[in-house]
Amino acid sequence: MAGQEQQQPQPRDTEVEEEVPVPPAPAEGQASASTQGVDDLLDEIDGVLESNAEEFVRAFVQKGGQ
Amino acid sequence: MTAGSESVLGGGLPAGGAMRVMGSETEYGIHAPAAPGANATMMSARVVQAYAQVTRLRAAGGAETRWDYTDEEPLHDARGWTLERGQAHPSQLTDQPPVLDAEAVALAYGREELELDGEDESGSLLMNMVLGNGARLYVDHAHPEYSSPEVTNPAAVVAWDAAGDLVGLASVRRLASDTELPAVNLYKNNTDNKSVSYGSHENYLMPRSVPFGDIVRGLTPFFVSRQIICGSGRVGLGQDSSRSGYQISQRADFFEAEVGLETTIRRPIINTRDEPHATADKYRRLHVIIGDANLSQVSNYLKFGTTAMVLSLIEAGLAPRIEVHEPVAALQAISHDTTLTTKVRLLDGRRVTALDLQWMYHEAAAKLAQDTGVSDAVDGDGHTHAVLERWATTLTQLDSDRSAAATSVEWLAKLSILEGYRQRDGLQWNDARLGLVDLQWADLRPEKGLYYRLLSRNRMQRIVDDADIAAAVTEPPSDTRAYFRGRCVSSFSKDVVGASWDSVIFDVPGYGRLQRVPTREPLRGTKALTGGLFARHREAGPFLAELLGSAPPPPPA
Repeated sequence: MAGQEQQQPQPRDTEVEEEVPVPPAPAEGQASASTQGVDDLLDEIDGVLESNAEEFVRAFVQKGGQ
Repeated sequence: MTAGSESVLGGGLPAGGAMRVMGSETEYGIHAPAAPGANATMMSARVVQAYAQVTRLRAAGGAETRWDYTDEEPLHDARGWTLERGQAHPSQLTDQPPVLDAEAVALAYGREELELDGEDESGSLLMNMVLGNGARLYVDHAHPEYSSPEVTNPAAVVAWDAAGDLVGLASVRRLASDTELPAVNLYKNNTDNKSVSYGSHENYLMPRSVPFGDIVRGLTPFFVSRQIICGSGRVGLGQDSSRSGYQISQRADFFEAEVGLETTIRRPIINTRDEPHATADKYRRLHVIIGDANLSQVSNYLKFGTTAMVLSLIEAGLAPRIEVHEPVAALQAISHDTTLTTKVRLLDGRRVTALDLQWMYHEAAAKLAQDTGVSDAVDGDGHTHAVLERWATTLTQLDSDRSAAATSVEWLAKLSILEGYRQRDGLQWNDARLGLVDLQWADLRPEKGLYYRLLSRNRMQRIVDDADIAAAVTEPPSDTRAYFRGRCVSSFSKDVVGASWDSVIFDVPGYGRLQRVPTREPLRGTKALTGGLFARHREAGPFLAELLGSAPPPPPA
């Protein structure tokens, strides 16, 4: 597709500040979603998930909105 | 972009790119786990009330103000109605804190609903606040809603939208400390997965001279496809989640029409509500209802930044000339395919993916931005270059490096947790624990909200610093009329009896009646134009005297 020509050569992770032209940033993704640490992450989430998932999800009933 | 529309857009904002007067609205999901049947309108009012209490403590005197509905009532003449009411019932208007009593709520929301609650809350309810940061916090139907102040660029939207999440969090904390009534949770999501959806809306200022048909044609293919960068992800298919699975968008299954006025039934991809909240013959406020609420800063940034750029394309007459066959069905087909390989048919016969559509818009937007100079890395407008780069990077990653995209694209970040659970514990999509992950992703409490758990582990990218978001809770943007509104509320709270997007109403001793200051030009009332006025006056009387004496309202330009 033609649009592919618009691809930037590499991912950037620029902090965007108001009124300041954004310089090219060397940082290659401060964040990482690699599978490393996923187990670790799931263990942490196990610890914060509400108990009794089925009841909690069932009880979350909303009235209509826009 | 023609010179004509550039001047209409308010003198000051460079045209052709991502800068524009815009703002967000978020209706939060609300739930009291200890009292699942509690009345949602009452709970929402408690949220607003709690924030009033919090800010009164902080601001010593209450920095909050009632909403001025004058311009929300198109049947009334604004000035005449205000004056008449001011002269007839001055005492009602000067009540502090401003309240609606239960009777008025019953009229507005239906008496049955109130009485279902069983509890006697005959006391007064605070339904609306104008905040010192220029935002509005109020009860909309059965949800608390935060409407951000007007800003001029997508990074600022991210800051002031996320500030709303901190406002909600402050209320949640306050209510949790109340030993008498059940604690309340707030969720930044858009559905209860039981057939109900509630909105997260965007507002963009446009010149009224742009034909609405051009907006519909130019935006529809973009809205059908932009969910791949700013969808928040949803466990469940169909409005009532009757089919199991995962989809890209929270909202897609709730859209049933292509164009229309409604926002709560038969929701349209393009909403035609037209209250400009500004000079009506110059501006249109484009009210966008199709977006998901975003916690991911990058998704939110791109949602506003790319949409602003597409509107620039439409204004310039340069939107891609494509038309999607059956856009509602296409919207849902794209949402239901996390592999991003689904192709939708264009009326010219081509079959394209959502990524293809996004690249077409990116290409056109990049060209316009280059031609107008706004995307120059050095001499541009300071925002468009970054939006274009993020947009391209995200599309590239969605195509070829999804784990990288999962640090920024909200539906992929959520999916990474869900897939982790599915693999580790062998869960099916209809497992309640996956539904809970979906719900708890959006919990505003950082210790419970799964988005915030990822953010704290540096697995989600930031657009703005935490300190900037914290500042945006109390500080208005400096470069729109929200500055004037917010500073009036925080500086003269005892004398400001009402405010809205395009007015601030004072009741100052010595003036025989209420003084309504219109703020109908979104790019006036800025710090540059009114900062000195606020610095010179500690009292509302002399402030108003200078404001009204030196030049006719609106605030002097």
